[in-house]
Amino acid sequence: MVVEIYLLILLVFMIAGALIAVETKNLLSSVISLGAIGFGMSIAFLFLRAPDLAIVQIAVEVVLLVFLIRATIGRDVIPAHGHINWAGLAVVLVLMAGLVFFGVRAFGSLGVFGEPVIASIAEAPSNAYLAGGLEQTGSANIVTSVLLDYRAYDTLGEATVLFASILGALAVLRGRSWAKKRGKEQ
Amino acid sequence: MKGMTVIVKTVTRWVKVFIFLFGAYIVITGHLGPGGGFAGGVIIACSYILLTLAFGKEFALQRLKVGAAHGLDSAGGLIFLLIALFGLGFGGTFFANFLQSRYPGLEFHLLSSGTIPLSNIAVGLKVASSLFLVFIIFSVLRIVVARDGSRSMVQEEEEE
Repeated sequence: MVVEIYLLILLVFMIAGALIAVETKNLLSSVISLGAIGFGMSIAFLFLRAPDLAIVQIAVEVVLLVFLIRATIGRDVIPAHGHINWAGLAVVLVLMAGLVFFGVRAFGSLGVFGEPVIASIAEAPSNAYLAGGLEQTGSANIVTSVLLDYRAYDTLGEATVLFASILGALAVLRGRSWAKKRGKEQ
Repeated sequence: MKGMTVIVKTVTRWVKVFIFLFGAYIVITGHLGPGGGFAGGVIIACSYILLTLAFGKEFALQRLKVGAAHGLDSAGGLIFLLIALFGLGFGGTFFANFLQSRYPGLEFHLLSSGTIPLSNIAVGLKVASSLFLVFIIFSVLRIVVARDGSRSMVQEEEEE
């Protein structure tokens, strides 16, 4: 029960950070409040007893903040101004109301907070992983045994995506610099 | 990018080793405690990013060249794929944990759980070099706003 209250406080903090990030005029303060959301998320993962996710979240958030501050510092922002598009606003409000309605219905179909869905389904594969993970893989950390043994295909796909994106970015960069060198030689 | 003040440089000189060691610790003990290849790789990349920010781009690129980082990136992916193919060869299925079925180590010890620590090291190598490359790309590219408001990415002029 105490954990739920802490999580509610964190959620309010994160929603406030998101609103500030969207509404503020200064790009740097927007990025910093984005970072506050990420760190709140990391603490929320700790309260939900997911230390693996908390470590990944906090490390990625630090790197992302450095990237974004490096990319946005000293940049001019063209503030968006003008009249409000009432028709567009109405459409957005209707869509959000629908999202909230179906979201509440979806959460109502879940179990009680703190009781995982796999506890009510006996033949779920997660139960087999939890029961036999240590004997089958020998890994004390069940998350790692799922990531790198039971579900290693997913990790391979993730590594491939990372590799392809870096390759593409470097290819674009290198093409520019080669073209520049060729232009200098001629 | 010439680097920051003396205070930042001195602190960085002390702290970078500890950040790197913490990342390596999280990668290596990923099968025993929270963490793993991805988180540890990001922390290792953090140490290089700190070096780049504090001492400038040229200093960091002397320590880890773009070609070397790209090679490490490819090596990490290839090692991960090789582990999977060895599983196909020795264990019968793709990504089979063939080491664990042959040499089951003592549980809760560093040398246990077969191919999982090796995969962790491969993924950590890959993620660390990838993120370092992403940061180098970010610090090399610069967005230029033209007079008519159109934006284009150009490479920063190198000092010669």
